[in-house]
Amino acid sequence: MLRYALKRLLSLILSLAVASLVIFAVIEVAPGDPASFMLGVNAQPDTLAALRAELGLDVSKPQRYLAWVGGMLTGDFGTSYTYRTPVSDMIADRLWVSLPLSLYALTLSTAIAFPAGIYAAARRGKPGDVAVMGATQLGVAVPNFWFAMMLVLIFAINLRWFNAGGFAGWEGGLWTGLHSLTLPAIALALPQAAILARVMRSALLDILGEDFMRTARAKGLSRRQALWRHGVRNALIPVLTIIGLQFSFLLAGSIIIEQVFYLPGLGRLVFQAISSRDLIVVESVVMLLVFAVITVNFLVDLAYAAVDPRLRSRT
Amino acid sequence: MSRNLILGACLSSLVVLAALISFAWTPYDHAALNIPDKLQTPGVQHWFGTDHFGRDMFSMIMVGARTSIAVALVAVGIGMALGVPLGLTAAARKGSWLDELIMRGNDLVFAFPSLVIAILITAVFGAGAINAIIAIGIFNIPVFARITRGAALSLWEREFILAARVAGKGAARISTEHILPNVANLLIVQGTIQFSLGILAEAGLSYVGLGAQPPTPSWGRMLADAQTMVSFAPHLALIPGFAIILTVLGLNLMGDGLRDWLDPRIRVARA
Amino acid sequence: MSLLQIHNLSLAIHDTEVLKEVSLTIEPGQIVAVTGESGSGKSMTALAVMQLLPGGARTSGSITLDGQEVLELAEPQMCALRGASVGMVFQEPMTALNPVRTIGDQVMETILIHKAMPRVQAEERAREVLTRVGLPPDRFPLGRYPHELSGGQRQRVVIAMAIALRPKLLIADEPTTALDVTTQAQILDLLKGLVTEYGVGLLMITHDLAVVADLADRIVVMRYGEVVETGPTRRLLTDMKHPYTKMLFEASDHQVNLPPTPDPAPLLTVDKVVRDYRLARTRLFAKPGHARAVDHVSFTLNRGERLGLVGESGCGKSTLTRAILGLEEAQSGQILLDGQPVFTGHRPNPDVRRKMQVVFQDPFGSFNPRHRVDRLITEPFHLLDTPPKGAERRDRVAEMLTAVGLSPDDARKYIHEFSGGQRQRIAIARALIIRPELILFDEAVSALDVSVRAQILDLLAELCEAYDLTYLFISHDLSVVRTITDRVLVMQAGRIVEQGVTGQVFDSPQHAYTKALITAAPRLPDLGRGVA
Repeated sequence: MLRYALKRLLSLILSLAVASLVIFAVIEVAPGDPASFMLGVNAQPDTLAALRAELGLDVSKPQRYLAWVGGMLTGDFGTSYTYRTPVSDMIADRLWVSLPLSLYALTLSTAIAFPAGIYAAARRGKPGDVAVMGATQLGVAVPNFWFAMMLVLIFAINLRWFNAGGFAGWEGGLWTGLHSLTLPAIALALPQAAILARVMRSALLDILGEDFMRTARAKGLSRRQALWRHGVRNALIPVLTIIGLQFSFLLAGSIIIEQVFYLPGLGRLVFQAISSRDLIVVESVVMLLVFAVITVNFLVDLAYAAVDPRLRSRT
Repeated sequence: MSRNLILGACLSSLVVLAALISFAWTPYDHAALNIPDKLQTPGVQHWFGTDHFGRDMFSMIMVGARTSIAVALVAVGIGMALGVPLGLTAAARKGSWLDELIMRGNDLVFAFPSLVIAILITAVFGAGAINAIIAIGIFNIPVFARITRGAALSLWEREFILAARVAGKGAARISTEHILPNVANLLIVQGTIQFSLGILAEAGLSYVGLGAQPPTPSWGRMLADAQTMVSFAPHLALIPGFAIILTVLGLNLMGDGLRDWLDPRIRVARA
Repeated sequence: MSLLQIHNLSLAIHDTEVLKEVSLTIEPGQIVAVTGESGSGKSMTALAVMQLLPGGARTSGSITLDGQEVLELAEPQMCALRGASVGMVFQEPMTALNPVRTIGDQVMETILIHKAMPRVQAEERAREVLTRVGLPPDRFPLGRYPHELSGGQRQRVVIAMAIALRPKLLIADEPTTALDVTTQAQILDLLKGLVTEYGVGLLMITHDLAVVADLADRIVVMRYGEVVETGPTRRLLTDMKHPYTKMLFEASDHQVNLPPTPDPAPLLTVDKVVRDYRLARTRLFAKPGHARAVDHVSFTLNRGERLGLVGESGCGKSTLTRAILGLEEAQSGQILLDGQPVFTGHRPNPDVRRKMQVVFQDPFGSFNPRHRVDRLITEPFHLLDTPPKGAERRDRVAEMLTAVGLSPDDARKYIHEFSGGQRQRIAIARALIIRPELILFDEAVSALDVSVRAQILDLLAELCEAYDLTYLFISHDLSVVRTITDRVLVMQAGRIVEQGVTGQVFDSPQHAYTKALITAAPRLPDLGRGVA
């Protein structure tokens, strides 16, 4: 078990290292010098040089890369070109919106998908299954940002149960914060839940055809007992993979959804940064997103081992 | 053929047809502004109504289909053209450093969702349809590489591949002559699915302004324009939304139907 | 009153008739064997008793278990019956257990699901039955997972689950088919012991007539869903009434006459061949271990000789086969065919390759489903410098198809249009088409029904006459090797432990392992022979 975890951890660190190199290299390709962009065309050469030194642009590329990575490891993401404030502060504020939103959506999507998938698998071919599968087929086809607009139209504009946009902040308490994230979370979660429910169903159906399910029935378990006691845990193995992948879609999706609801999250930060060519902010946010995706997949690998004893003993 | 396949094929061909016809004919010029006629609801004159500049929504949807299909199709093409050979190579050299390199590379690309790739590209090179294609295409590569490798690996264990090796055939020849034809069905099905995901991704990127730029019409940007007017002109949001949903639904149904139809086990049973 | 009485049981799945008026009875303490070839409906009979039939099944007739009519029971009552009154053992021990739950958990589940006793006692009972089936908890703790056990051990766990509540009837569906002969003998002994000890009735489903003759009190022979003959074992063996029964017993012990071998002249020389596999590291920085699959194997195969290679699974015979075929390089030692090495400079030698062909076990996986038969069997032409084309190619295909008993018209068909036996004929045609000096038969008849197997063995004998074949016949089936080879090698744990003239090795084995193997293999008594 420990060997397995260490091996995955090693691969996590390696992936992060390569990812940071790729991101750094892409940003380096960008034409133009941030310092002259910030000061405009009429900048004095010596002011320019001073600013370049302040931004750490006056050293060689490998040195800049090491400074960037080293800074991130100590929580220093550099200084925003446009706002002249530490990037880490800007990100930290926004993270308090984006991260809870993604987790909220992931929880919702799992909470909807598991029962729906199990229900459909247990009633394979019957009206209940057909209805669930039809709904998921539709759910997969709906773009989440359009769905978000429809939610706003119905629940915010017509019914007035929620605000059409904006974030109330966590200062007013957990409930206020969650309330203003509810519509965005639903918009993110439902299309993902549709995918997850389909995966859950087909994983369960595969397992229903396994020999050990017949063994369980021969012991005297009813169809339902066999499904719950022997099917669900085995089906978790493929389902976990999809949950891991979904997290990256949810993070990316939350960037788009934030636009619909005018949420002050990472998405808005990154779009502002793009339009003002604040590349250090773009670079850091992208690295953070990639870090989150890789870390979640590392956790999924650990979860595999918890579910599947075969992985654990393969030390 | 199943009902799914027929329904899906009909829906998808409808959209493709609309895109093709738009090259020759649209009810109105999709870019022509006509402020007096703005924000009309769907009716006889403008089947899908008009937007806030009085442009004909039906014409815009037809031309927008072009953008969606082109972006998604080229992105699937990139994914297949690079992913399939990578997957075949990885499977043929299973367990070697090359296999390891390809698979780790795949994992790495999976860590960059296509939106993140698009953000990076846009930040550096500016927004545009080409960047959307590249972003979605790059993300498609590991999808095809992984599915090809998985299917090819189980084929390499089959005795008919051993027989081909005993007949002196090399890995490249076996991959093209025996492996590729036997994974083709799977690739067609996955291609359909990735095509539909590409349409969704393109819409999303255009919505946040990272995709096709004006004046190229795109369903995603039509939705972005509609957002502020949704309370008093809901058809501006409903119509492009339905266009996306029906296209994606059609492609998914077609993918599911194809999977059942092309499954060799089922076909043998029928023969 | 009988323990189990099946009377005029008919079964249709959707619109296909699977069973037609099957009748049989089992008394307590009796072993009844149902036998027949694939498609005979023997497994469906067992599943009908358990009421675990696939969807769309309709049954008529009656199945009475201990006076209770099974076909009239509702599903909840059936659940109460399964596991408690009837236990079942399946064919595939590797997949019959849930991989993510411990063996103790799975054995206890049988007890707990029927609420037969509280948890503490259930655990005690689980220990007890696991000990009874030969897995004492001090050596095999209840916390073990299935993947930590061998195939034979897993089958013992399945049996423990089936007998945990001391059912009156035990159903075993091909319980030893997936196991090696020595393991098979142990499992059969275990089942026999349970019958005498607990007085349970055993319904044994098997295609292996030698097992049937050895074990059963009564035999039921089935074909196409019907019972063709039934009777007490001894009587049935000595006095078979139905021609199908006679044919089946004859085919199970089919003998062929091979032409005499020419004077010894070496064709294939295997000299001190070693093949290691790297094992996964056990600790993080430990040096990875090696498993030696083939350990200094040396032997010679003479031109015109038919050599057998026998051994149980994992003995290294597949690895050795791959090394000879040039699919994997040996780490040390040398393999020479006609004086030339199979590998030269880490690459397979094409000159050797074209002198060698192979026939595999699986008649379904051996062919690319997308190619026609003519393309399939001419694939080895790739090895020739000037492969025949046009009319010559057509003639060669026609000649080969005729030689293996098919029609030249079959050349344009796809592989799914043929039965398993026909496919194996096509595989032989593919191996013969370039007239190789040596053919390897890798378990080539193991997946076939006995009657089809007998036909393929006849075909091999004919081809030996017509084409002076030299072959290496790799098999786990001793009875087949005995008739189809001149000389035999016995392999155990990567080594050749004994070799010699086939008849001599089988009649007076010298090595302890060969002795164990031959004793463990169930044999048909001589009673049945000569009747057909």
